[in-house]
Amino acid sequence: MNRLSDWHIMGVLAVLGLGLPFLAPSLITQLSFLWLMVVFALTWDMLGGRMGYNSFGNIVFFGIGCYAAAIVQRDAGLPYFEALALGLVLGAVIAVAAALLFGAALLGIRGHYFAIGTLGLGITAAEIAAGWDYVGAGSGMALPLYPGALGARELFFCYALFAVAIVCFLSLRWLYGTRFGLALNAIRDDQDKADAMGLRTTQIKVFAWCVAAFFLAISGGLAANMIGFIDPRDVAFAGATFGVWMVLMAILGGKGTLWGPVLGAVVFHITQELFWTYLLGWQRVALGLLIVVIVVFFPQGIMGWIAERRAAREGARP
Amino acid sequence: MLDNLALLVQFPAVTVDVVVNGLLIGAIFALAAYGMALVWGVLNIVNVVQGELVVLGGYVTFLLVQAGMPPLLGLPVSAVVMFGVGWVIYRAIVFRVVDKDVFISILATFGLAILIQQLANLSFGADVRSVDAGLGSAYFLDGMVTVAWVKLIAFVLALVAGAALWLFLRHARLGQAIRATAQNPRAARILGIDTGRVYAATYALNAALCGAAGSLAVMAWTIHPYMGLPYTVRSFMVVVVAGVGNVGAVVAAGLGLGALENVAGFVLGTEFQIAFVFALMVAILVWRHGRAARRREHLK
Repeated sequence: MNRLSDWHIMGVLAVLGLGLPFLAPSLITQLSFLWLMVVFALTWDMLGGRMGYNSFGNIVFFGIGCYAAAIVQRDAGLPYFEALALGLVLGAVIAVAAALLFGAALLGIRGHYFAIGTLGLGITAAEIAAGWDYVGAGSGMALPLYPGALGARELFFCYALFAVAIVCFLSLRWLYGTRFGLALNAIRDDQDKADAMGLRTTQIKVFAWCVAAFFLAISGGLAANMIGFIDPRDVAFAGATFGVWMVLMAILGGKGTLWGPVLGAVVFHITQELFWTYLLGWQRVALGLLIVVIVVFFPQGIMGWIAERRAAREGARP
Repeated sequence: MLDNLALLVQFPAVTVDVVVNGLLIGAIFALAAYGMALVWGVLNIVNVVQGELVVLGGYVTFLLVQAGMPPLLGLPVSAVVMFGVGWVIYRAIVFRVVDKDVFISILATFGLAILIQQLANLSFGADVRSVDAGLGSAYFLDGMVTVAWVKLIAFVLALVAGAALWLFLRHARLGQAIRATAQNPRAARILGIDTGRVYAATYALNAALCGAAGSLAVMAWTIHPYMGLPYTVRSFMVVVVAGVGNVGAVVAAGLGLGALENVAGFVLGTEFQIAFVFALMVAILVWRHGRAARRREHLK
């Protein structure tokens, strides 16, 4: 895909993102979740696709964002928007600090050990939140009411999440074009060689996780307010849903490509909504089946499949 | 929390009670972990669906007891049924990911775990299930230490099953084929071993071990559709500590984990027990990595 068509797609998406809430007001919540999913897939792909570190624990940073916003909004005694802003900033700071800490501890671990270790991280966070009275323990936390008119809340958070998704996409797009992006790919392709070439691989890996943590925490604070309620296991640290979906969306779209995660998020989100509509009661079973089918039969993803087709058409032999 | 700790220090009998009960539960962990070590060593995949196989084994025993079968007879039947389930899972899904990237197999078995979880939830309901083996309890140290007989029997049965598996791998024809395939699949194929069948048998054997573990778990403890992942993580942890090829170490690590977990559950409160299990796993990985990194190696 050349640069021009990149900007064309972005233009179309921007028009859709800005216009759809007015054209189809009933879809606002779906659209907000879609932007959230785009952020999930993009940030996961930075580690999983570009750097080769498959994390099941990115949901931790989302959860930190949720809880930080909720606690600040509950205890700071500020007006709604000031408290929200403070909560988002605080959530981002704590999440980045957590990414520094966890990254220093875990990012040296490779392969399936890293995957399972981060899975443990996510579930530990969920279980601690579910047992800790200060954050409402198992019954979760309710967020304060939005002060505006009816319907204004949905619109506000839809645009806010849209903005986060756009900023996230553009930042990652820019980062992948720099030396840093090349270093990520070098780590994925052969970490020992990257080390030997003098790349400071640990710092690069930790920095990448911090960037992911930043966007996840911001989107977490916004999503918590959009949903209006956080449950430790089903919203904030929802490892079995959001945590797996981010992996799945990136793989479905195509790991390690710029548009793959976005495409994967759109396709997955629509599929999942169809499941909810037509397979009520069975939607989680269908999702489990979908994971297995995608991973087993379609691991190269949509973008990977397109690349294969193009290569075949132009006569390249594998 | 400190009160509970003080209680342990002041009354050694309480400590003995907590540790002994933990050790007995640990035998169940060791059984499931042994299956995971087998699959890991032979197929080179981390079987995330392990815990769900344990839970399914528990449900088989639960249904049999509902139908009027004596609980202890449920154990072999569960193992046999789960052997079949394991074979089907391997032939349907797992064989497609055996030679792929390790992460693909983790994700595929994770998807399978979610699928089985949800199917179990739909078919058996979200209630916590348990089977009363009707054997009563034994009392030691003037009644300060209570041990349910069924836990003692579960402990012995788990050890017997482990020993039987060890003998099988050492002396049976199929067991030797499994070990040969683990050492060098290509050489095994050249010598006429049908490695595809060996893989299927290994996976099914693992499922049978999980079935036995689940059967013991439902008698000695409880089961629940969403209880699988903790078993998976316990098995993983035990294998990371003990290595894939050492039965004795797996049993020792399983028992140790059981005791440690029970003490932690007592001190921190049961609501933090699962958090402790997962945090311990992360800590063990960091510790193992630290040791490897000092020798300029990494965990393989």
